[in-house]
Formats: sequence, C-alpha cells, structure tokens
Amino acid sequence: MSQTATHSDSFDATASKIGMWLFIFTEMLLFGGLFIVYSVIRFSHQAAFHLAAEELDLTIGAINTVILLTSSMTVAMSVTSMQYGNRKLTLILIGTTILLGLVFLANKYFEWSLKIEHGLYPGSAILQGFGNGDTLFFGLYFFMTGLHALHIIAGISFLGVVMSRVAKGKIHAGFFAHLENGALYWHLVDIIWIFLFPLFYLIT
Amino acid sequence: MSTTEKHHIVRYRTYVYILLALLTFTGLSILVTSFELGPLAVSAALLFATFKTTLIFMYFMHLKFDQPVYGIMVSVVLLVFVAVLVVTFLDYSFR
Amino acid sequence: MSIPQGSFYENHGKYKGILAWITSTDHKRIGLLYLYSIMTAFMIAAILGLLMKIELIAPGKTIMDAKTYNGFFTLHGITMIFLVVIPGMPAIFGNFMLPLMIGAKDVAFPRLNLFSWWLYVLGALVAISSQFMGGGPPDTGWTFYAPYSFRTSTNMLPAVIGAFILGFSSILTGLNFIVTIHRMRAPGMSWLKMPLFPWALYGTAWIQLLATPIVGITLLMVVGERLLHIGFFDPSLGGDPVLYQHLFWIYSHPAVYIMILPAMGVISEILPTFARKSIFGYKAIVISTMLIAIVGYFVWGHHMYTAGMSSTALFAFSFLSFLVAIPSAIKVFNWLSTLYKGSIHIEPPFYWAASFLFVFMIGGLSGLVLGSLATDMHVHDTAFVVAHFHYIIFGGVGFAFFGAIHYWFPKMFGRMYDKGWATTGWIIFFIGFVTLYTPMFYLGIMGMPRRYFDYLPEFHGGNIVSSFGAMILITGLAIIIINLVRSARFGAKAEMNPWGGTTLEWTVPSPPPHENFEEIPAVTQRPYHYPII
Repeated sequence: MSQTATHSDSFDATASKIGMWLFIFTEMLLFGGLFIVYSVIRFSHQAAFHLAAEELDLTIGAINTVILLTSSMTVAMSVTSMQYGNRKLTLILIGTTILLGLVFLANKYFEWSLKIEHGLYPGSAILQGFGNGDTLFFGLYFFMTGLHALHIIAGISFLGVVMSRVAKGKIHAGFFAHLENGALYWHLVDIIWIFLFPLFYLIT
Repeated sequence: MSTTEKHHIVRYRTYVYILLALLTFTGLSILVTSFELGPLAVSAALLFATFKTTLIFMYFMHLKFDQPVYGIMVSVVLLVFVAVLVVTFLDYSFR
Repeated sequence: MSIPQGSFYENHGKYKGILAWITSTDHKRIGLLYLYSIMTAFMIAAILGLLMKIELIAPGKTIMDAKTYNGFFTLHGITMIFLVVIPGMPAIFGNFMLPLMIGAKDVAFPRLNLFSWWLYVLGALVAISSQFMGGGPPDTGWTFYAPYSFRTSTNMLPAVIGAFILGFSSILTGLNFIVTIHRMRAPGMSWLKMPLFPWALYGTAWIQLLATPIVGITLLMVVGERLLHIGFFDPSLGGDPVLYQHLFWIYSHPAVYIMILPAMGVISEILPTFARKSIFGYKAIVISTMLIAIVGYFVWGHHMYTAGMSSTALFAFSFLSFLVAIPSAIKVFNWLSTLYKGSIHIEPPFYWAASFLFVFMIGGLSGLVLGSLATDMHVHDTAFVVAHFHYIIFGGVGFAFFGAIHYWFPKMFGRMYDKGWATTGWIIFFIGFVTLYTPMFYLGIMGMPRRYFDYLPEFHGGNIVSSFGAMILITGLAIIIINLVRSARFGAKAEMNPWGGTTLEWTVPSPPPHENFEEIPAVTQRPYHYPII
C-alpha cells in the first residue's frame, strides 16, 4: 500500500503532523549544534565578540526581525482562513508570507554584499589577519546566517508548492495538513532567526 | 485516522495580538542593549528570545490548542538540548 | 528461483525485474534491499579488516605501507560504522518486521522509506568515491578529528559529505518508525502490549532523530573549514579542536546505542521463543531501553578523557558512564532469568543469542575499564579499545544480527536453511572471533597503540594469534553466508511458524503477502504468552 497524499481515507493527518514536528526537531538540533559552537567560542572570546558585533548593521537586523515575525503571523492566519474555507484570503496570506521571505533574503544579500566589499568574508586575507575572536565571529556569522538563509529558501519553496495546491483546490477546508505543515516549518525558520538576531546584533 | 485533526480555529485577532507582543519584546531587547549589563547582557537577550519563542510555539504553532503529546515532545527535545549544552560547559567553565 | 505464490515477491506495480524492487514502497522489499546493500558493504569492510590483520601479523611492512594502512582503517571504520552497523538492524529487520510485529500493513510513510534507501545508496557511493579521486583515500580515521581533517590533502570532502547524506537516511528512518509506532499499532495493542523489538526500535528511532543532526552540522562545519576556513576548530585561527571532539561524540556515542538497542531487542525476541517462556521483567526491559536511550546522551566525554577537559567534566562523564551501564546490566539479568526454568530448544538463533550474552558481557565489562578515569589513562588509544568495541559492536550487534537473520530467515524467504551448516558456521565464527579479539586486550594493556601499522617486537606473539583468529573468523563467516544464500534459493519450504513464536509476524504466511495481513488483527494478549510450565 502506498501512502497517497489525497483525500483518501488512508490519510492520517495526525501522523502527518507528528512527522512534521519530528522533522522540525532535527532542524532545531542542527542549529542547536551551531549554538553550542557559538556559546563555547563566545565564552572564550567575550571582548572580541563585543567589538566585532559592532560591525553589523542593527537596523537591517531589526527590520529583518520585524519582517519574519510578520510573515509568521500571515502564515498562521492562512491556516485560519483555510479552515473558514476562504481560498482567496488564504492565497493572499501565503503569498504575503512568501513575499516577506523574499524581502528578507534581499536584505541579507545587501548586508552580505557590504561585508564582502569590505573584504570581510570567510577565508579572506583581512579576516584571517584579525585577532582570533573576530575571525571566529564572522565565520560564525556567515555560516549561521547562510545556513538560515538556505532554510528560508526551503521554506519559501515549501510554501510555494502549498500555495499552488491551494489554488488548484487540492488543499481545502477538509484537507489542509500540508498547509499546516508548511506553516510549522516557516515558524521554525522564524524561531531560529529570533535567536540569531540577539546573538549577533545585540551583544554590543 | 482522519483527513484533518479536530481543530480549534484560532481567531485572526489573536494572531495580531501575538505579533504585537513579539514586536514589543523585540523592541525591548534592542532597548536593553543601551544599558551596561556586562555578563547579564547575554541572559537578557536570550530571555527575550525565549519569551518570543514560547509565544510562537504556543500560538502560531498551535501547541496551546493541540493534544498534549506535541507539547511533551517539544519539551523533551528542548530539555535534551539544554542538558547537552550544560554538560559541554562542564568542560569549558571549569578549565 | 520460483516466486512464492501470493507473497510480496510477486510484482504488483507496473515494473518488472530489478526496477520493481528499487521503486517499491513495500517495507518488506525495502528491508531486503537494505539487507543486500548492507551485506555488500559488510563484506567489503570485512575484507579490509582481514587485510589489515595480515599486515599486522608481523612488525614492519608486511603487505602495505603506513599511508595505505591509514586509508584502510579509515575506510574500514567509515564502512562498518556508517554503512553497516548504524543502519543495520533498524533498516533491515526494523523495516521488514516492525509493521508485521505491530499488526500494520506498512510503515507510516512508505515513499519516505524508499527515499531513505536511495539516500543510503547515494551516501555510500559518495563516501566510497573518496577512495578513487585525486588526493588519495582519507587517512584521518572514521572520526575525522580536527585539525588534521581539514589539513590533510586526502579526499575528505566526499567522505564527509557521504556521511552527511547517510545521516539523513538514518534520520528519516527514525522519523518513519516513531510515527509508525505511535499511529499504526493494531487495535488492542497498547504500548505495554507491544513486543520488545518494536520498543527497541522506538528508543533507537529517537536517538536517530535527535543525535544525528549534531553530527550533520559538525560534518558541515568540517566542510566549512576545508573550503571557507571558518576556523571554529582551527587553533591557528583561535578555534578549539576539542570542540570538534565534543560535537562529534555528542552524536557518536548515542550512535552506539542506535547500534545496540535493536540488537538487544532481537535477543529479547529470540530468548523467550527458544526457552518457551515469557520474557522475565518486560516492563523493566522497556524502562531500561528508554533509560539507555536518554542517559546515553550524556556520556560522550568518555571518548575524550585524554583530550584536555576540565576535571569536573572528567568526573561527570565517568560517573554518568557508570550509570548508563546499569540498565544494560538489568537487561542481562532479565535475559538470564528468562532462561531459568525454561524449556530450552537449541536451534541456530539460540546459539547466537546465548553467545551474544557471553561476548556482550566481556565487551561491557571492558567498557568499565575504559569508563574509569584511572585505568583509561593507560589504555586510551591502544589495542584494548579496539578489543572493547569489537567485542561490543561486532560481538553484541553482530551476533544479534546473525541471530536475527537465522531467526527471521524462514519468514523473509519462505525457506529454511541447513541447520547443520549454520551451527558449524557459528562454531568456527565464534572460535575465530574470540581468537581474534581477546589478545588485543592483552596487547593494549601492554601498550600497543591502535591505528599503527607497525609495532614493537614484544607485541608480535599476540598479533600472530589475533591474525590467525581473523582468518578463522572469515572462514566461519563464509560458511554462514554461503549457507544462507544457498538456502534462500534451494532450502526446504518453511512453514508459517517454524519456531513456535508468539508475536504477530508468525501469524502470516512465510513469506508474507504484499499487504501483510488479510485483516488487521485485534490484539488481546501480551506478547510472549507461553503457558506457565
């Protein structure tokens, strides 16, 4: 018997949700490993981290935080609108979420470009020439925000697929497990940023 | 087995309130950096992040309205992670 | 080979031949796909091991130089750990037996299950490709320690990326099993009516899910070091190599519980069947299983006693390591108590289970020597460690694996193997095993380092005995495997329940039909419900 993701009676929405949460746990631990690395390295390089963090642009970071928090709200709302059977609103809300995600990525791109222009990127001569704490700070910054950005792209893709299925009526008020799961994934990506933001931008 | 879980429908308004709370905490966490907290700075930042995360787990991710099994799983995973972090620091803090 | 009528061997979909198998979402076919791939990897790694032992039969260069030897023990480790023992029991027997044992038609996510196997194959190919590219085979050991893993010019990237992909396969299997056990048990099968192999798979699945991502990110960081010089573990950039060790072992210690828990689950299935007696202390075994899974998370530092950790950490890890031995000991007591006053039927699975108890005890007790700070200082990185982990992994998991294959073979293939040859194979294998690994305890205490292709003359005698043991073991292995392969095609047809087992897999035909059960059974009894004699 193969599991078909349609309205057949064999679909178990609870199983689907538990499965999504379990996957979210693996992502939490993936980033958790990086938080362990951050904690240990910061513990050994407190002063350097303070100074290095001042190179980052708090405004862009704050704007990105607001963007992601808002996008979390819109995608959460899309589940409500789906439960009410309001397909049009659902599409608008998911679309807004995706749009906000793209704006986040655009901001990241600008932020990174600025740094790279100044010769601040992993492996660059300038970075290697810094004191150890600064080198590690930027290594962590690029690695963690880079991995996070990859997950934003994954989340956008997931929601894109969900959006198209909503539009085609394959996801509807009687069957919206995949929308819920996509929303859960997006919230996870938001939560990761909620921790990245203070740890990189707010330790000045 | 069913195609949907029996779901409590969360009102749009609730989500807006939660967003407002999240934005407030964000603002507070930024404000707090202007004070000289020294070693407590990390704790303050992480405390706000934890509040925000809790709100997202409970409301946006529906843990408040779901069966307890989900909340239990999330708690166990977080506990395991924190415990691993603490045990790692048994090395670094005491060197 | 004639296809058993009405069984899962008959093709159902639109494909025929091999294509029908590698695109199948049937958990039984996937289990067999894993069996063939994993056994292939095992045989390659076993040959590598044999060649290493031939090199070690005399001091100095015998058949290979140091660089080659380093590549050999690295590949042997990577293959055995990531391609054989970690996937091993869950992927083969978990896939085949879990749905049957809980009365389900398949796992929760059959397509994801197939995807897991494809990831396994991809990961294996990527990892093995490291042997053939420009820089030369990796020579870091399977542990990829920093900073050498990013300074060496050998092909680290494919090895590390291959391991990452394999980790993904493991995670998805764990995810699948957790949901399957939560949602698909037959009506009436409460948690405490579930047999012990599914319980073991449940504990294992949580470890697969929660521990593997940590090694995943660590491997990604090694890639980051090699390609981007991020510096987290690089002393020249201010990083800490010991941090790498922490992260690596935070996964790799729980990984050994991924290996042993299903093995213990198999023993808990075999012993009641061949003692015609219910398992002693079912609840204690369930609790021990979960305790091992949890406490096992916090003992990783015992791999790092000489790395330079604080004394607080040293003490904590040693204490916790002794704690985690307790639930394992409880299980051994329960297994022995199961046999006590039982009606023992001696068959090949029982030989494997009984000898498991013996080698597992030795492996476990030697673990206490290693877990204790004072003694470990002398034996860390010596042949003693090699003896310990081979006793517990090859002895523990390996013996349970052979027990499982001899136990469930009739169900999986619909045929019985030659019991005479099975027993002969076991005897020769067992003698070879003990001869191969016991001298290593002695050699380690005397000071012979591990991962060296050369050694001082005083270690020569022990090495000769050990290397002969390897040859005996391989002979036994060959007999066992040839017997099984032949019997799968030509063995006598097996009945539904040749051993008199009481769990649900023995209530369906051998081999089972495509959908397992004509009707999902309603469970009323606890497992292992043999009448009290």
